[in-house]
Amino acid sequence: MLAGFFLKLKEHKIPVSINEYLILIEGMKKHVISPSIEDFYFFSRTALVKDEANFDRFDLAFGEFFKGVESIVGEAFDVPLEWLRKQAELTLTEEERAKIEALGGWDKLMEELKKRLEEQKGRHQGGSRWIGTAGTSPFGAYGYNPEGVRIGQKESRQRRAVKVWDAREYRNLDGATELGTRNIKVALRRLRRFAREGAPDELDLDNTIDRTARNAGWLDLQMRPERHNAVKVLLFLDIGGSMDDHVKLAEELFTAAKSEFKHLEYFYFHNCLYDYVWKDNRRRHTERIRTWDILHKYGHDYKLVFVGDATMSPYEILQPGGSIEYNNDETGVVWIRRMLEVYRKAAWLNPEPQELWAYRQSISIIRGLMSDRMYPTTIEGLENAMRALVK
Amino acid sequence: MRFNGSETYVATDDLNLAVNASITLTRPLLIKGEPGTGKTKLAEEVARALGMPLYEWHIKSTTKAQQGLYEYDAVSRLRDSQLGDPKVQDISNYIVRGTLWQAFTADQPVVLLIDEIDKADIEFPNDLLRELDRMEFYVYETKELVRARHRPVVFITSNNEKELPDAFLRRCFFHYIRFPDKETMEKIVAVHFPDIKKTLLREALEAFFEVREVPGLKKKPSTSELLDWLKLLLAEDISPEALRSSDRRTIIPPLHGALLKNEQDVHLFERLVFMSRQAR
Repeated sequence: MLAGFFLKLKEHKIPVSINEYLILIEGMKKHVISPSIEDFYFFSRTALVKDEANFDRFDLAFGEFFKGVESIVGEAFDVPLEWLRKQAELTLTEEERAKIEALGGWDKLMEELKKRLEEQKGRHQGGSRWIGTAGTSPFGAYGYNPEGVRIGQKESRQRRAVKVWDAREYRNLDGATELGTRNIKVALRRLRRFAREGAPDELDLDNTIDRTARNAGWLDLQMRPERHNAVKVLLFLDIGGSMDDHVKLAEELFTAAKSEFKHLEYFYFHNCLYDYVWKDNRRRHTERIRTWDILHKYGHDYKLVFVGDATMSPYEILQPGGSIEYNNDETGVVWIRRMLEVYRKAAWLNPEPQELWAYRQSISIIRGLMSDRMYPTTIEGLENAMRALVK
Repeated sequence: MRFNGSETYVATDDLNLAVNASITLTRPLLIKGEPGTGKTKLAEEVARALGMPLYEWHIKSTTKAQQGLYEYDAVSRLRDSQLGDPKVQDISNYIVRGTLWQAFTADQPVVLLIDEIDKADIEFPNDLLRELDRMEFYVYETKELVRARHRPVVFITSNNEKELPDAFLRRCFFHYIRFPDKETMEKIVAVHFPDIKKTLLREALEAFFEVREVPGLKKKPSTSELLDWLKLLLAEDISPEALRSSDRRTIIPPLHGALLKNEQDVHLFERLVFMSRQAR
């Protein structure tokens, strides 16, 4: 039974491993939990799901797998009438529906059901006499209980548990993205290049031994600066317009890059690079930075990374005055070439799917400008881009 | 050995279950949740409730996994060798034990807290896989294997600043502390302020949950902020009436600085209140 549950989780793309499954079984053997489905829900979630983003998927899988199993466990839960009604409407045939209509419609039927429920509770206190077994109750005859769903007494403690996974309270946290920040960071690490800079505060053991030996055994401590990631990156992010679809991805990429590189300078542009860029998107019209200043300020050892979909009208790249924001004297081509002349290590990351690149003229133009150094924002693309940057 | 909350800590059933499962099966328990929902506090409370000593290891961005195990003080040894100190013969005099070592070799089972593991370098959790799984590690300098005499109860907290590697997650149990609902919140407040006036509490909680619902807040106020705020309200002896108005949206709760910690959030909140006042 548990193996089926395990496979169900796999089916729902929840990352679970055999190891965790064995822990789950070990826990069951050691009676970590009381034999109730609610406790099992919480325990299996604790043991198998390691990210709150997957809680919602787990709730779904759990609900799906344990639908109808409650009777085996020996307890049942209260079914919300709304839900029952929906289920019934889904499974009834036309003919049956007509029959229900003849009995006075759904509302009346539900009322009758409620009455019956209360009656039964009065007669068997705390008991578990079910309504809806075929043939004994008028309700069962219509078969609106197709998957063995039971209706139980109100006091059932299981009610809470059912609510827990049926409520699906973690829905908002499910953020399945192709490119989590961890993956991005791991890819960005390829770009690391360690160098020793700054204050000497680490003991250089080899050098100390060497110097001490030369000093006839008299201790001569040698210190050296700690290793830091010395790679320098200029990041240009396309923002607004067609990039709106990729905001989340760009944000993730930016967050990852910011924590990974000490020397990271970032600037925003819109569609194509011209004379001005900006650092704060809210004040883009007042606080602009001249692109010339960037070229003069940052040395050629900086690595250049563009993030943009390169999707625009070809005029915006090829014509003077082609910018959709203001009248630019020089074309985007000129500016991009200028950048590439100073910063020879460069890459363009494009969040658009690679299959589409060939069909967009502007993408082909930019790709040509970058001499093919355009990469999709997948893990593989990112790794290739980083490899190209260190080459 | 079962944990069921304590006089000063209200734990929900699912949290108790997760804690007890990790104690019984001796697996580390990874705890996530909004800041201020009592992640670190949990370890302290469990240690106290079960009468076990607590070893805390607070992680910073510069913390290395090795520091939790031990550090070899080569510089002191070199110095001592110059002075001809006989201590120098034994390398173990220069091994400084880390928190993990202390927890492993304690005479009784202990609670070990690894706080804010997400602050460290991205490879940090990977460097602790074997240590947390087998609860043992090898000291190269003295060629000695340190093995846990009693597997400690390990709590690891994370604020989600970095994602943790899968291999690490596989070895842990996981619990996400949800933000408490009103009912649980009342219990929590009752634990901390047993003689708070009912009316004040009701008004304060309502105001609090309304502030939490303001859209676009950078940092929603959490349990610990609510407790601070209540403490202030009590200290200033603010009457429940001050928190009440016919249209609640038009008043700024007194001492709201305790709830909103971000300048932008305060501005946003004041602007919203101002707007709704004008709309009246």
